[in-house]
Amino acid sequence: MKTRLALLLHVPALAATLAAAGCGDRARDDDTLRIGAIVEMTGEMPAVGASSRNAAELAVGVLNAAGGITVAGKVYKVELLVEDNAAKPDQSAAAANKLITQDNVLAIVGPNASLGAIPASEIAEASQTLLITPWSTNPKTTLDNRTGLPKKYVFRACFTDPFQGQVLARFIMEKLGAKTAGVLYDVASEAPKSQAELFRTTFEELGGSVVAFETYTTGDRDFSAQLTKIKSVNPDVVFLPAYYNDVGLIAQQARRQGIDQPLVGSDAWSSPELIKLSEGAVEGAYFANHYAADIATPTAKKFIGAYQEKYGNPPDDVAALTYDSFGLLFEALRSASAPERQAVRDAMATVSGYTGVTGEIRFSPGSGDPVKSAVIMQVKGDRFTWVMNAAP
Amino acid sequence: MPLLLIGGMTLALAIPRFNLFNNYVQMLLMYVGINIILATSLNLVNGYMGEFSLAHAGFMAVGAYTSALLTMHVLPPETHAALFPLAVLAGGAVTSLLGLAVAVPSFKVRGDYLAIITLAFLMIVKSALENIDAIGGPRGIPGIPRLTSVPWVFAWTVALVWLIRNFVYSRYGRGVQAIREDEIASDLMSVDTRRVKILAFMLSSFCAGIAGALFAHLLQFISPRVFDVVKTTEVLIMVYLGGIASIGGSILGAATYTLLLEILRPSTVASLLSWLPPGLFDPLNKYVISHLGVLRMIIMPLLLVLVMIFWPRGIMGKREFRMFIPSRDRKAHRPDSSVGGMSNHGVADSP
Amino acid sequence: MNPQTAYWLQQALNALQLGSIYALIALGYSMVYGTLSMINFAHGDVFMVGAFLCFLAGTALGLPFVPTLLLAMCGAALLGVAIERLAYKPLRNAPRVSAIITALGVGLFLENLMLAFYPYPQNVPRLLENVTWHLGGVSISSLQVVIIGLSLALMLVLDHVVHRTPVGMAMRAISWDKSYVPLMGISVNLIISITFAIGAGLAGAAGTMYGLAYPVIDPYMGVLIGWKAFIAAVVGGIGNIRGAMIGAFILGGVEIMVVALLPSTYRDLVVFSLLLALIIVRPHGILGQPRVQKV
Repeated sequence: MKTRLALLLHVPALAATLAAAGCGDRARDDDTLRIGAIVEMTGEMPAVGASSRNAAELAVGVLNAAGGITVAGKVYKVELLVEDNAAKPDQSAAAANKLITQDNVLAIVGPNASLGAIPASEIAEASQTLLITPWSTNPKTTLDNRTGLPKKYVFRACFTDPFQGQVLARFIMEKLGAKTAGVLYDVASEAPKSQAELFRTTFEELGGSVVAFETYTTGDRDFSAQLTKIKSVNPDVVFLPAYYNDVGLIAQQARRQGIDQPLVGSDAWSSPELIKLSEGAVEGAYFANHYAADIATPTAKKFIGAYQEKYGNPPDDVAALTYDSFGLLFEALRSASAPERQAVRDAMATVSGYTGVTGEIRFSPGSGDPVKSAVIMQVKGDRFTWVMNAAP
Repeated sequence: MPLLLIGGMTLALAIPRFNLFNNYVQMLLMYVGINIILATSLNLVNGYMGEFSLAHAGFMAVGAYTSALLTMHVLPPETHAALFPLAVLAGGAVTSLLGLAVAVPSFKVRGDYLAIITLAFLMIVKSALENIDAIGGPRGIPGIPRLTSVPWVFAWTVALVWLIRNFVYSRYGRGVQAIREDEIASDLMSVDTRRVKILAFMLSSFCAGIAGALFAHLLQFISPRVFDVVKTTEVLIMVYLGGIASIGGSILGAATYTLLLEILRPSTVASLLSWLPPGLFDPLNKYVISHLGVLRMIIMPLLLVLVMIFWPRGIMGKREFRMFIPSRDRKAHRPDSSVGGMSNHGVADSP
Repeated sequence: MNPQTAYWLQQALNALQLGSIYALIALGYSMVYGTLSMINFAHGDVFMVGAFLCFLAGTALGLPFVPTLLLAMCGAALLGVAIERLAYKPLRNAPRVSAIITALGVGLFLENLMLAFYPYPQNVPRLLENVTWHLGGVSISSLQVVIIGLSLALMLVLDHVVHRTPVGMAMRAISWDKSYVPLMGISVNLIISITFAIGAGLAGAAGTMYGLAYPVIDPYMGVLIGWKAFIAAVVGGIGNIRGAMIGAFILGGVEIMVVALLPSTYRDLVVFSLLLALIIVRPHGILGQPRVQKV
């Protein structure tokens, strides 16, 4: 009986512990600024999360090693708090909530994938906290769902899907000479779905025709039925705007079924894991990307060198964009009137002509979307090689 | 009891008003409340009635979507705060219709086959939501207004637990437990099994729908993926951990599960142990805390398995807190076998 | 062969392949349910471990196909027996639901343990030379032939064991009435362990073949497949070996055909609606027998 009673007491004990954790924080240093990062460490795309986190830690590390950052005349160090959203929308929302309300961060960088970025951006907007997403290309991330107007507190460091769809459609038509395309995409995920639809719109505007528009759901492994359908209509190219973990499987199955046409992908392909997971099936395939290591500017080269030295492998575009997000944030902090959320946000909106690893980033007034170029890459052997630039 | 409730309500109103706890803790309290509603309502069907229903996440989904669509597209924004309970009720009402649909197959089918049917319902709901593009399809509905608050959650939790408790100790509740013990015999003993099952499923789903509505307006984002088998499994764990056929058990199970999961976050443990000297804290941080994200997902199921092995009936077994049992049932209970407010009464302890 | 026929034959092959894999897993569910009246929800994750064992054997140990298959099967079998001994045996007399929750817990534990070791999806090396034959518009890959052939072979062996050997007879006896079996001088524990070993071994084989057919593996791959195989077992009549096989091929067929005819988002919707209809019309599955319940 006594054990039962003791057992019951564990609930208030748990509650007390949690409350203690909530109130008694590590002595908050008045000389540190807290920045939150939400990344996909576990779940479907851990490579994306790892890249992003590495770049975040590098950015903050470099800043602190240089003595910190001066905001409104005072020097501060930056503390980075990283939360995992497991590449899930509800965990993104929860992580955003926690960072904003319990950890009192000044701003948030991330999430990367649109499926997480959109819910987190809603929370940030409602709490009037600055959020910068390095990699989310979906237009909805910076648009208010109800009014259709741009959000005030959400920015991104990358181009958007409408632009990407145009770039890819034009590339396929003009450079690959394709007139028909088959598309296979994940209907349950924000980015692939809108990329597929925008691609179709643009491709057909340019005179092409999408002869197969097949779908699958996140987590599917067997694409044989859809690929058989695509094969039967014999398109000139196959467009696969999928995340890297899916592309491996799809490409292998496609080749096995005898689909030999060129494969084209979106920026979601960009992880180096892609090559490892495809066993040669994506050799020669093209995709859009945010930056290319082989045409790196001096700024980019410096970053690539530092990243490679610290982590042992070259950075991908997620890392580059995350680094740039932090760069933008620091730039905003430097010109902010005070280390407070509203001031930082206002400063961010006026950042112009920031040159980062991924090129020049400039926000048009009232918009959180930068005007940037894209690059087209090709898979050759065990690397991605640059093919051409595509300016807006 | 009433005093406790008044005290609780005052506290619930005071917390957001005076910011007694920070937002994160408030959010946690609300999740605990929502989980209590979910666990208690599932306990009604799985515990008291002895079925194995896997559809609970589907009920939650229907309630969440209905209420979210109402607040976002039907109700004008100015009326949100006032009409929120209406939206929640509507969510619950629509869900209870689904509960009715699930009850029908249960007339003929029991046990594992019913489990499959309820699983099928869950998948169908999820799949249907994924295919209706007008409500967001697989990508869900973002930007739901934050209407759930601590007082609302408290009010709904108290109301629904009270409702379930009254149902359990009513004529129908006895019917429910009779069905669990022996369905054929209870049918022979003039228990209207059909009616009882319909009522039980409808009440259970009604509550789950309300929990879903509150959830939607707390997380501010819902998508079909949130309401999958894993979600049902979480509620199942809360119910069986706390103890089947015990309202107190469900409350405990829900609270324990929610709190434990949150406590085991790396950042929380880090701030808890932050007072340790750096010599102790740093290696601890490096080897244990930073991996806690992954570790906790290994520890939690292991703990669950251990709890099940040593306390197969859950924390409460089938016992119940005294305060939940109506006085007229208490009198029949022997005084010497109750300890500290718990009694064995009301439920025969059969394997 | 005209393109239409070729197309449907192709889809039929896809269905056979999918169905074979489901069958191997469904058998494990049915066998365990038959002997213990328990749904082993950790079974899908044993399948996942089998796939990872195949990956390990292929990469770290560099073994060719047959030893890899054997290693995965034995490893999975050992895991199955271990789970049974450690987690399920103490609960044999506890309420059935505790065993179910324990099974769910074991499953979660396995998933997250693998996740700790392999946070990234892994690529299974190509252990079988994949030759594709094109017969009149239909592409048949040697991998498909191996999967379908091997699965059928294993199923036949199992059928033989269950219906024509003393061990199988003991398993069937236990499923009928557990209390009488020890009176016949048979150790219930031993038979149960053998049941788990065989079921898990089959899941290990399924994992290997799945890993070769869909080479990108991750720790959560067993979850949905496990549930689907469970449904297949129930459709065929849970507890019934032959029913499990039939149910699995039906499920595979329906899944492929739905995706072939409709946008793939409707797949789960149609599959589960059909399932619902089937269970309502024939509540005990295709080959299942209603258990007589005494009052």
